[in-house]
Amino acid sequence: MSLDKLFGLYTVGFLGVTVLIGIGERLGLFSNQMIGWLFMALSLLIYVFIGIVTRTSNPDQYYVAGRGVPAFYNGMATGSDWMSAASFISMGGALSAQGFAGLAYVMGWTGGYLLLAVFLGPYLRQFGAYTIPDFLGARYGGNAARVVGVVGAIACSFTYLIAQVTGVGLIVARFIGLDFNIGVFVGLLGVLFCSVLGGMRSVTWTQVAQYIILIISYLVPVVYLSWQLFSIPIPELTYGRILQQNNTKAIEITRDAKEKQTRALWKKDADEIAAKIKAGGISEAEVDKLKAQQAIALRQATAPAASDDAKVGRYLTVPSGVGMWNFLALTFCLMVGTAGLPHILTRYYTTPSVRQARTSVAWSLFFIFLLYFTAPAYAAFARFTIYAKLVGTKIAELPRWVTLWQPAGLFEVVDKAGDGIVQWADFVVKSTDFVVLAMPEIAGLPFVITGLVMAGGLAAALSTADGLLLTIANAISHDLYYNVIDPRASLAKRLTITKVLLVVTAIVAAWVATFRLSLIVELVAWAFSLAGASFFPALVMGIWWKRANKTGAVIGMIAGLGVTTYYMIGSRFFGVSWFGTQTIASAIFGLPVGFIVIWIVSLLTAPPPREVQDLVVSVRYPRSGQATARAAQGIQLGQH
Amino acid sequence: MADLTEAQKQLYWSYNVRLTTILLVIWFVVTYLISGLWAGWLNNYSMLGFPLGYYMAAQGSLAIFVIEIAVYAYLMNKKDEEYGIREEG
Repeated sequence: MSLDKLFGLYTVGFLGVTVLIGIGERLGLFSNQMIGWLFMALSLLIYVFIGIVTRTSNPDQYYVAGRGVPAFYNGMATGSDWMSAASFISMGGALSAQGFAGLAYVMGWTGGYLLLAVFLGPYLRQFGAYTIPDFLGARYGGNAARVVGVVGAIACSFTYLIAQVTGVGLIVARFIGLDFNIGVFVGLLGVLFCSVLGGMRSVTWTQVAQYIILIISYLVPVVYLSWQLFSIPIPELTYGRILQQNNTKAIEITRDAKEKQTRALWKKDADEIAAKIKAGGISEAEVDKLKAQQAIALRQATAPAASDDAKVGRYLTVPSGVGMWNFLALTFCLMVGTAGLPHILTRYYTTPSVRQARTSVAWSLFFIFLLYFTAPAYAAFARFTIYAKLVGTKIAELPRWVTLWQPAGLFEVVDKAGDGIVQWADFVVKSTDFVVLAMPEIAGLPFVITGLVMAGGLAAALSTADGLLLTIANAISHDLYYNVIDPRASLAKRLTITKVLLVVTAIVAAWVATFRLSLIVELVAWAFSLAGASFFPALVMGIWWKRANKTGAVIGMIAGLGVTTYYMIGSRFFGVSWFGTQTIASAIFGLPVGFIVIWIVSLLTAPPPREVQDLVVSVRYPRSGQATARAAQGIQLGQH
Repeated sequence: MADLTEAQKQLYWSYNVRLTTILLVIWFVVTYLISGLWAGWLNNYSMLGFPLGYYMAAQGSLAIFVIEIAVYAYLMNKKDEEYGIREEG
């Protein structure tokens, strides 16, 4: 059976089962918890099944899926590899809260693919290595560049992995009612089955299956709502009207007497806390706690963003000055970070040809676009439903979703004014992560759609975890062990080491995730700046400038990474500030430093050997990736 | 594949560099000017009922990125064909 038929049947089958569960719900056959279990068990079984069917011990299959993944499917796999728990769960909520400034994420996480398409993807495929450190090692010769690459790959990927694992735990805990820690380990079993048995080959086909689930589940709730409200099933066309209605509602809330009273009460709280802090005589930990409370009180005391000009709400107001600088800097960092993340770059090693690699970047962005194009609409609809279904209800008769979600601790409804009615200012949001997951319930859609969204979030987190896990394990086993420590290791031994590392990395990640460190979310955002500042300059210069040499690349990567890390830690913890730049946009300094250092140091030192220079030029004219890869390995081994 | 002559190689590569430059210029204008610095001013105009600056940042720019990459893949793959570059893979 052809791939198209297979995945076509799979998609139809998945939709069919969803409809059947929906009918079952309407007939009263399934409780909500059973629906949650059904969706989780069903999707995990699919992933495990694909893992078993595609198991392999052939190294080409294990590392790069036999370089046989057609562009279209590699695009889908990249889509789900890329879209993590953050894209699926957090982005809609962040957009709903941040307005225009949040669009830096939408643009940054898509525009980066253009950089990838024209600077890196096709050339890396032509080079034909197994991993990104592998490319650095072959291009720059020797182990120094490779080892820096390994360190960079692990640093970016591991923090990212922990965030995915945390996402899995949250979803399983909320929908199935399992303990968070157990949820984490259940999810990991699903991930390990694929990566251990079949490496890149299994991961690729599982990711394709996961993409299909995640995109269906993201689109269904908004399409449903758009249809319900406007009879047009394309939310991208209808949410302009929703934005305007939201603005009108926000103006109403700003002027409402009861809202004003509630906000005044919050303001009073904030002032009292400020006085308490000023009075002194309390421990530092106590001050921190008070400051956090004060921040919440101040936020609640602020009216929702709106403007009297009903057309352009303040919600949509474009930042200016330092705000604009940060918006542009963050967009840029997210773009180069996207083009520098190793688990995404390796996906372009798996296509059969350079041509397919090019096409495959286009498909990747198209599949990502489907979700990102919808995210701002999701955000607008979510805000609309919260305005409509919460504000003005009686405290004694809170909607069911509030009672269901409140225990998760993401938001709280308090009756500040004590009048028994929920005001907008009574709704205390602690994390906007609830928005996407809870929206179907908020809007009163059938529970089967909530189950679907859960399966989608799970797919998004698991697929990214798969890719990251494999990147980390390969960096250690292939690059560090095989290429640096023991080049004579047999194939069987290398694969065994990879498999053991996969299990160990997964367990360590799960273990770290159980601490629920709040810093993790921040670290993920940092990963983009780290990847952008370390990999991007070395890869681009390595491909586009034959004169770039080993010394330049190694010092450049370390300098870029160093400046970025210095600014990150400095601005986050020690009040360092250059042009008022935010911590997450640190690569805006590290990246240019990386490029300039590679350039200057390379010119000051001897040019790379003739063969390497010829190789760099030959990569410009597509032929066959594998031949050049062998040539590169030859050069490299010759130098040892 | 028949090996390309030096002149052919140069033509092929300069075509690639030109295409890459044009795409990057569009990318820069769309992201940093239209959806960034000029967005406030563009918000005075509207498109499909959306303020234009917001619309470009939220939707327009993404669509343009997708089209740019597709155009790049299409044109480069066609160029390969034209130069008789065939891959073993």
